[in-house]
Amino acid sequence: MFRNQYDTDVTTWSPAGRLFQVEYAMEAVKQGSAAIGLRSKTHIVLGCVNKANSELSSHQKKIFKVDDHIGVAIAGLTADGRVLSRYMRNECINYSFTYESPLPVGRLVVQLADKAQVCTQRSWKRPYGVGLLVAGLDESGAHLYYNCPSGNYFEYQAFAIGSRSQAAKTYLERRFENFADSSWDDLVKDALMAIRETLQGETLKSSICTVAVVGVGEPFHILDQETVQQMIDAFEVVGEQEGSAAEPDAAAGQEAAAEQGAAAADQGGSTDECVAPMDI
Amino acid sequence: MTKQQANWSPYDNNGGSCVAIAGADYCVIAADTRMSTGYNILTREYSKICKLADKCVMASSGFQADVKALQKQLAARHLIYQHQHNKQMSCPAMAQLLSNTLYYKRFFPYYSFNVLGGLDNEGKGCVFTYDAVGSYEKVGYSSQGYGSTLIMPFLDNQLKSPSPLLLPVQDAVTPLVEAEAVDLVKTVFASASERDIYTGDKLEIVVVNAAGIRREYMELRKD
Repeated sequence: MFRNQYDTDVTTWSPAGRLFQVEYAMEAVKQGSAAIGLRSKTHIVLGCVNKANSELSSHQKKIFKVDDHIGVAIAGLTADGRVLSRYMRNECINYSFTYESPLPVGRLVVQLADKAQVCTQRSWKRPYGVGLLVAGLDESGAHLYYNCPSGNYFEYQAFAIGSRSQAAKTYLERRFENFADSSWDDLVKDALMAIRETLQGETLKSSICTVAVVGVGEPFHILDQETVQQMIDAFEVVGEQEGSAAEPDAAAGQEAAAEQGAAAADQGGSTDECVAPMDI
Repeated sequence: MTKQQANWSPYDNNGGSCVAIAGADYCVIAADTRMSTGYNILTREYSKICKLADKCVMASSGFQADVKALQKQLAARHLIYQHQHNKQMSCPAMAQLLSNTLYYKRFFPYYSFNVLGGLDNEGKGCVFTYDAVGSYEKVGYSSQGYGSTLIMPFLDNQLKSPSPLLLPVQDAVTPLVEAEAVDLVKTVFASASERDIYTGDKLEIVVVNAAGIRREYMELRKD
């Protein structure tokens, strides 16, 4: 960004009413590798790109199980993300212990947001440099939230954060209206395709991405590599057909959302017929 | 001037008996399902057995409110362990955790008399027996609760565990087959129910082996 005299402390306002340190923290999120989340009425899928620093090292863990009904994907300073995950796990355990029931997701994200806000108003602290996609299931249904370093949080049907996330967001914007009634398979497929968008040409392999699911009757778990690779292989075949058909849609159908939705649904239907049955 | 005694106790004893027997590749944990207070029965269908981890089961007699609190504590600590180590706690690890948890309240103890049973890391059966403040020992079999005075001598007679002080160190696990051990447990509880007023109603038997955890029930005397 641009250096100026108001960006040294998080406790210093700029004349335009901005806190630059907080905005710089949000930059850190944009620099991290991509993470995406999308939800249907009954399931939420989280996905992320795992980029190892070198061939010799392992990749960083970006998706964490918080409880049986909540998981989180992070982008940005993974160390901050790890610490916040530990906090979230603790909160879930303590709530379960006291109330013998799972912590509602909405409560957890508010607590997270308040925790982030504290760091924007103390001169001896710095904001957390990590964006969190919190996926959770509670009595009120399936939820996907985005918590940012500023202390704000938003609920989404689908979202992407991190580097090259705009490509994934564009893809999700085209398809999101169908997600509510998507099947498990379609939702995971859409997640993988959104991840593929962020790779911009690089081949999508199960070794460079991680996918996790939580849903009704399905505790949060990370899908194993074989399952992910099978799903990639299954749609790679039809990927080209769908990709070329989707382009004219995106260009032409900016007007009626219903039109787009119908077109995407048609493609979704035809894709289903072509795709081989998969074991989950 | 005589010392003033408390007119209220924070503790109560809800009765019952628990037993655990370790085998070469299995572990049997059993407890009756009667919950009483004084000379009254509170319920005939209360489980004293709790699964703490994949291969680790605990049975506790004593004050069931304390037992419940203890079970919740251990469950929460196990969840933390799983988050940190990405695996389930082994039975010996849980045994140490239980001991530490009990001693933590050395000066206001959990009124809970526990037997912990399960499989160790090699798949062999193991049983740990405790007192209320966490003193524990790995044994081949054990019983706790009101009926233990009747049960333990019988198990000593049948299972004849070698002394842990002998050299060379001898295996404490029983050479009995799983079916024989379950049968023994049923016999032992049937006998205990005859004379112990706090033991009876129904027997809950949990068997831990390589295939997983299995549960079965047997009716006992209702009087």
